[in-house]
Amino acid sequence: MMIKIENLHASVDGKEILKGINLTIGAGEVHAIMGPNGSGKSTLSNIIAGRDGYTVTSGSITYKGKNLLEMSPEQRSWEGIFLAFQYPVEIPGVNNTYLLKAGVNARRKHHGEQELDAMEFLQLVREKAKLVELDPSFLSRGVNEGFSGGEKKRNEIFQMAVLEPSLALLDETDSGLDIDALRIVAGGVNKLRSSDRSIVMVTHYQRLLDYIVPDVVHVLADGKILKTGGKELALELEERGYDWVRQEAAA
Amino acid sequence: MSETRQERKPEEFTGREYEAGFVTDIETDTLPPGLNEDVIRHISAKKEEPEWLLNWRLEAFRHWQTMQEPHWAHVNYPPIDYQAISYYSAPKSQKDGPKSLDEVDPKLLETYAKLGIPLREQEFLAGVAVDAVFDSVSVATTFKGKLKDAGVIFCPISEAVREYPELVQQYLGTVVPTGDNFYAALNSAVFTDGSFVYIPKGVRCPMELSTYFRINALNTGQFERTLIIADEGSYVSYLEGCTAPQRDENQLHAAVVELVALDDARIKYSTVQNWYPGDENGVGGIYNFVTKRADCRGARSRVSWTQVETGSAITWKYPSCILRGDDSVGEFYSVALTKMRQEADTGTKMIHIGKNTRSTIVSKGISAGFGQQSYRGLVRIGKSAEGARNYTQCDSLLIGENCGAHTFPYVEVKNPTATMEHEATTSKIGEDQLFYCQSRGISEEDAVNMIVNGFCKDVFNELPMEFAVEANRLMEVSLEGAVG
Repeated sequence: MMIKIENLHASVDGKEILKGINLTIGAGEVHAIMGPNGSGKSTLSNIIAGRDGYTVTSGSITYKGKNLLEMSPEQRSWEGIFLAFQYPVEIPGVNNTYLLKAGVNARRKHHGEQELDAMEFLQLVREKAKLVELDPSFLSRGVNEGFSGGEKKRNEIFQMAVLEPSLALLDETDSGLDIDALRIVAGGVNKLRSSDRSIVMVTHYQRLLDYIVPDVVHVLADGKILKTGGKELALELEERGYDWVRQEAAA
Repeated sequence: MSETRQERKPEEFTGREYEAGFVTDIETDTLPPGLNEDVIRHISAKKEEPEWLLNWRLEAFRHWQTMQEPHWAHVNYPPIDYQAISYYSAPKSQKDGPKSLDEVDPKLLETYAKLGIPLREQEFLAGVAVDAVFDSVSVATTFKGKLKDAGVIFCPISEAVREYPELVQQYLGTVVPTGDNFYAALNSAVFTDGSFVYIPKGVRCPMELSTYFRINALNTGQFERTLIIADEGSYVSYLEGCTAPQRDENQLHAAVVELVALDDARIKYSTVQNWYPGDENGVGGIYNFVTKRADCRGARSRVSWTQVETGSAITWKYPSCILRGDDSVGEFYSVALTKMRQEADTGTKMIHIGKNTRSTIVSKGISAGFGQQSYRGLVRIGKSAEGARNYTQCDSLLIGENCGAHTFPYVEVKNPTATMEHEATTSKIGEDQLFYCQSRGISEEDAVNMIVNGFCKDVFNELPMEFAVEANRLMEVSLEGAVG
């Protein structure tokens, strides 16, 4: 088992957003979390990645048998958690490759492995850039500096390929992508699917799931997982919306 | 249950510990505090100066007495008692002036070695010649011989007064006149040492020249004077570094730097200023009130000021260029970091007089903790400056909630053919930038440094290699006092 979330309650500025989430994801599984705006989807992925500003009021998250909530965001990264941002951040003047190298080497150091030198690392990133058809010139540019929306999302998946996470959280990775870019990004993610890597996709739309087919689909609404099903659930949601799930849960 | 890991807020980013804060225990010859004509006569006599220089000093002093300390800068500090400062302090062993490094007091060599300026090894390792100024005197100058072969003069200014009086008399005070401003007048009256550089016609100085200033003695002001003359078609790159011990008292540093560039000459002047900044409560630290000015006297001459200002409690400094020669170029690249209770009011003046003169200003200000920082810059295009151009870029980065950044740009254009560009930004190190880096496995502390260094990159690229590494290190903003 990769991650187990039990009765997770969390609030932002005193307002309860998550109201008892229970979720278990096994190694190698791909889960989609769907739901209307403001349902708590992004809150959940941010809490797993360790972002500030959220207060966990009760419940627990166990990741690879450890208490995840005790770890700093960088420790979570070292232990294999990766968040592909909905809105990737620009960091002017900081070279894309330099950022990744610092991240990879910090993790290697944490695990008592030898740090990669500049040449080894360059070789690694060139190879990974091909996965998402990222132009090598992006590697030497500032982090997301002047990237288009699509380029930023592609860069996120490229970073995922380099950091080789055990648990990847893709937060609205399809938003802002045209159909060609979506195909490339999804293709990259599919190449990264493996039996020891779990992926959680947070999305509004079925569209992404045509390209990255999930094993499990959850409906998150009003701070709770109201329904869980197979990939066909996503199609049903696309057709019928979310209200019927709410009604069914209330009944 | 709540999250138990430690949370640290950006306002706790204060600064790495000041590594140069030690005191060298050495016997000194120090004048008692106080300033009057006798003190000036005493300094002049100690330096065995000619009559004209004594008179020059006295004239400056008389002028200074009529002047008011300026208070227009956006900084706050208690009144300075100029009679409580000692205006001369020199290591006793220096009395007769060492003829070579072998005669330099080992304690002094050790001091510079501790600061990363090994005066001995330097001779063999790097292509950098060093003039080491300790309190009021120059204690050693390396590579003098090799430079002399190229015709380059690089020596303490006190020595230049004796050895090359005509050159000194011809240029001293021609860029920064004795009565230019309060601190320049004070410096002219009491300056004790500093570096003198002369690059003859057509000579490209074969190595980087560097002066390392160290304040050591208690209650002593440092008033150094640097004069660099680049004759026609010559080139020199000059580096300056500064440190001082950690003390609870404030100390005054009021330097004057004059640069003269003749036809087709180029001077590249880089500073890494790391005077003791005071502690986190604002106790102690250096008052750094400095006048630096370049006169691009010759056609097609070019002067670049690059400064990395990380130290001092208060900084008041505007390295400037007078673009007198036609087609001359002035450049100012600055990174200033104010953290804890530091305050800095810094910028530049570009005075365009000649035709087709060009100036570039790139200023990067970083404020953390309770630091306050102002960019103050003047670009003046005179009537005669046909076709002049200026580009100004002025960026501020704020770390935390309690610091401040201020911008005071002044522009005066008296010639309609001028081209002016001005860009300014203010940004904060966002929580989202930090989290982004952390989620890639980079610690919060390393993330802050990475973001700050990225912000400064344009300026660091202008620094000579030898200084770029040190600058990066000095910019490290570390975390202190984490709360659970």
